[in-house]
Amino acid sequence: MLKVAYFPGCSLSSTAKEYDVATRLVCEDLEIDLVEIPEWTCCGATTAHITSELTAAALPAKSLIWAEKHNMPITSPCSACFSRLKMAHLNMEKDPNLKKEVEEVTGETYNGKAEVLHLTRVMLEKYGLENIKAKIKKQLKGLKIACYYGCLMTRPAEVCENDRVENPMIMDNLVSALGAEPIKWYYKTECCGAAFSLTKTEIVRKLSGDILKEAKTCGADLVMVACPLCHSNLDARQPEISKLLKTDLNMPILYFTQVMGLALGYDYMDLMMNKHFIDPKPLLKSKGIL
Amino acid sequence: MKYELQLKNIKEGFRKDVERLSQQKISNCYQCGKCSAGCPVAYAMEYPPTMAMRMIQLGMHDRLMSANTSWFCVSCETCTTRCPREIDIAKVMDTLKIMAQAGKYKLSDNEIPIFDWIFLKSIELTGKIYEIGMIGAYNMLSLNPFKDVFPMGVKMILKGKISFIPHLIYNPIEMIKNIRMFKRIKKKDRERIYEKNA
Repeated sequence: MLKVAYFPGCSLSSTAKEYDVATRLVCEDLEIDLVEIPEWTCCGATTAHITSELTAAALPAKSLIWAEKHNMPITSPCSACFSRLKMAHLNMEKDPNLKKEVEEVTGETYNGKAEVLHLTRVMLEKYGLENIKAKIKKQLKGLKIACYYGCLMTRPAEVCENDRVENPMIMDNLVSALGAEPIKWYYKTECCGAAFSLTKTEIVRKLSGDILKEAKTCGADLVMVACPLCHSNLDARQPEISKLLKTDLNMPILYFTQVMGLALGYDYMDLMMNKHFIDPKPLLKSKGIL
Repeated sequence: MKYELQLKNIKEGFRKDVERLSQQKISNCYQCGKCSAGCPVAYAMEYPPTMAMRMIQLGMHDRLMSANTSWFCVSCETCTTRCPREIDIAKVMDTLKIMAQAGKYKLSDNEIPIFDWIFLKSIELTGKIYEIGMIGAYNMLSLNPFKDVFPMGVKMILKGKISFIPHLIYNPIEMIKNIRMFKRIKKKDRERIYEKNA
């Protein structure tokens, strides 16, 4: 059984509860053992790295050290947390001085051996696409999905590792394996406005609006994401964006584990899809998936 | 923008400071403009990233640090990924914000420093993000108390997406350790940022 240290992140216990629930359900089904890191602290998100380099490395370091001690790869379903964990690991590797300072402030030593993976990579590379295919109960025939990667799971290139930075394919491959159709579109890795959600909301409306418009134009039925921040910008702000653009976008945004959950035979309420602002029920009913 | 380029106008100290704190070689920039071309927020910046790089090279800290450029950087890292000179431009933008927030320059943005302070206080005191407290405090301090309350905020609460109870680290020893860690970090940061140029 695949054992992975699990860093859920703050959003997954509040605005993205459904992502946590769906992730745990799917991992249980696939027999991936998620061991939640006890007493994990917030990764610091964007705020930490624009305020202090040391804070940005020290906050994730605690979880990295725990994973290293217990000899497990560490994963987070949240792209922002994943990015901070990975960047802290890489920055400490590049800058021994930073590593020394982190060790001083946390009072623990880090040997730089933690393996940080995004949840998509744990599933597709550690667990394997073929093994996922074997578990599918229901093919998601006829569903056109726009895979939206956003910034943090693809950039910078070191984070992306063996996927392509400008045209990542990991989620598209997953979608094809589930029987659905990944559409070709050009806003896969554009920015949704991320951390500006509360501070510079007008920028978020513009950037997220561009992404939603493009997905609609390219014929997507829904947008699949792997980040709670992208989700809240694209989903919870969608009514405002629709008003601004004077069109009814009505584009459901689902987490990738929710889409996987559908293929594994879970239903609407198991995956907490009622939590979304844009209800995916009419779409999924019309495609005969629910 | 008119700027007379004379050797005596170039303040090397600013460039050296930014290069030391960001560990990036900004003098490598040859102004190809790829960063500005890919930047999703360049349209809202007073000076796009390419210009910011040139301004650092020329030591124009007065103009750059009073502009909105670094505050509008959304940290998407597109510039960093595409830079042919391998300058981590997003990190340079971070460094400008770090320097301003440490009090080295006057803050040219109100929203983000307030948000950062509240966000990090929340982590310092609870170990995690306390959303509703954070949003409430931010709205009050930014003098916009009803921002996003209706309909989005209300709907979020009704859907159980935001809870009134903070999710704490339950172990009190860990919490004290966390607060101590923040204290040590603050001390080290001050030393690092105010270190004199060698």
